[in-house]
Amino acid sequence: MTFNARSAWAIYKRELMRFLRTAFQSVLSPVLTTSLYFIVFGAAIGSRMPDLGGVSYAAFIIPGLLMLTLLGETTSNSSFGIYMPRFTGTIYELLSAPVGVAETLVGFVGAAATKSLILAGIILATAMLFVDYTIAHPFWAILYIMLVASSFSLFGFILGIWADNFEKLGIIPMLFLTPLTFLGGTFYSIDMLPKPWDTIALANPIVYLVNGLRWTFYGTSDVSIGVSLGLTLGFLAICVAIIAIIFKTGWRLRS
Amino acid sequence: MATKGNCAMNLSPMQPILEISGLTKRYAGGLVALDNVDLAINRGELFALLGPNGAGKTTLIGAVCGLVRPTSGTIRAFGHDLAKDWRTARARIGLVPQELATDMFEPVERAVAYSRELFGLAPDKARIEEILRSLSLWDKRKERIMALSGGMKRRLLIAKALAHEPDLLFLDEPTAGVDVELRRDMWKLIGAMRERGVTIILTTHYIEEAEEMADRVGIIRNGRILMVDDKAEMMKRLGRTEAVISLASPLSNIPASLEHFAIHLENAGSSICYRGGDGTGKGRSEVADLTKALIAAGIDYTGIDIRESSLEDIFVDLVEERETEGVQ
Repeated sequence: MTFNARSAWAIYKRELMRFLRTAFQSVLSPVLTTSLYFIVFGAAIGSRMPDLGGVSYAAFIIPGLLMLTLLGETTSNSSFGIYMPRFTGTIYELLSAPVGVAETLVGFVGAAATKSLILAGIILATAMLFVDYTIAHPFWAILYIMLVASSFSLFGFILGIWADNFEKLGIIPMLFLTPLTFLGGTFYSIDMLPKPWDTIALANPIVYLVNGLRWTFYGTSDVSIGVSLGLTLGFLAICVAIIAIIFKTGWRLRS
Repeated sequence: MATKGNCAMNLSPMQPILEISGLTKRYAGGLVALDNVDLAINRGELFALLGPNGAGKTTLIGAVCGLVRPTSGTIRAFGHDLAKDWRTARARIGLVPQELATDMFEPVERAVAYSRELFGLAPDKARIEEILRSLSLWDKRKERIMALSGGMKRRLLIAKALAHEPDLLFLDEPTAGVDVELRRDMWKLIGAMRERGVTIILTTHYIEEAEEMADRVGIIRNGRILMVDDKAEMMKRLGRTEAVISLASPLSNIPASLEHFAIHLENAGSSICYRGGDGTGKGRSEVADLTKALIAAGIDYTGIDIRESSLEDIFVDLVEERETEGVQ
């Protein structure tokens, strides 16, 4: 399989430049939101909450908050990245270039994932201002964040190709991702839910993402890390397969 | 700009740079945008593709450049089948689209540099400078695209298309919506690109543009190529001279001595209209003979209005003729 690294690098650089153009907004917004969550849930409510699995409540919510921002920002960055060239017509250049699915994904998805990793670093640094925490498995934490960022960048890429207006572009993150993340154990352990809600909650895929990340932070979680990892890898594989089909058929890209 | 070093390609000198065979594009709704199109483009030529709106010009370009998926048919560029060796072929094809599609927030220089690298070439600041200077955009290199005028944006699209040094360049309506002065500048620019060895395929509404620049002309309508010919040959074959001779006194009929001329009376016999000849000047010569014959026949005239048919007349006649055939 041919891979044109220079083309992929060109797309990657350009997408990061686009991020830097709005860096102030891109960085300030998650920092402010995360700070507010820590003030409200960490300090105000968290001080009245018992420790969960030996972790203070303020520290317990860090992986969930990180996942909340990661999923939202990654999906929207990636979907916007491919939707805008379609919307403005500049996609003609990409489609007429000697560039295939691999270069396109490395460029667009790689850039979206990079932006998310930068944001993750900023959020974790912000969290340190409010909570004293340590990461039990830093290597796995970085790997898992990268895996989630890549998967949801791919998911966002599919959304950006599927959407034919701005409303559709925002509808999935707004109506599905954010509510599911809130209900996915960001602010609580699913053990705290009454029956049968603790079992129903397991149908929410975000539960596995939040708990997977929580395991890398504190070594404990509501579900097995193996299941979390397997599901995330499965989601990644499904997204890659869908994108390969999109490029093969030219769906919504070539007339 | 630098001359193209890789023009030798993998082709014999006589082999077309682009060969389209049986190309058909049928959309899901049933619209046939291209109907069994056959076309061959020679290396180094400037080919003008003429046709009314919706004729299939942009679809044809899109099919070659990878924007449109053909329903059937084959496209070979530089000897490569685009369905298989699309990477090799596309690396040498440039496209200037009809729409002014740009990232408005991007600076000019960066936009052109991106185009070069997207096509897999190493960054080359000197080359980018050369292109921007040749298109009078160097002074605007740091400006955001949104700050450029419409004409400058169109030049920028050309700069982006030239950034990867294509051997084959598609210009889809490059002068649509630009003023006369800029159109002339564009013509000069296109002429200069051609002199550097770039093969150019141009679509245009302005027949004058094709008449001014093209080596060969193709006429497309309803997705079908109606005619492809050398421009001079087309003019010669289909060109006509039209002359209107205003008479001092009206005639009731054409005298027998003038009947061998392709003439008829107009305006109640007060003028003679000649229509004939070809695109080589034969018509003018016949008009001169006609005036002599009028004098010999004792017919006085007060004025002569003579004009050669343009490519536009030929185009309109051809399209209307096929339309009539279609109705019948």
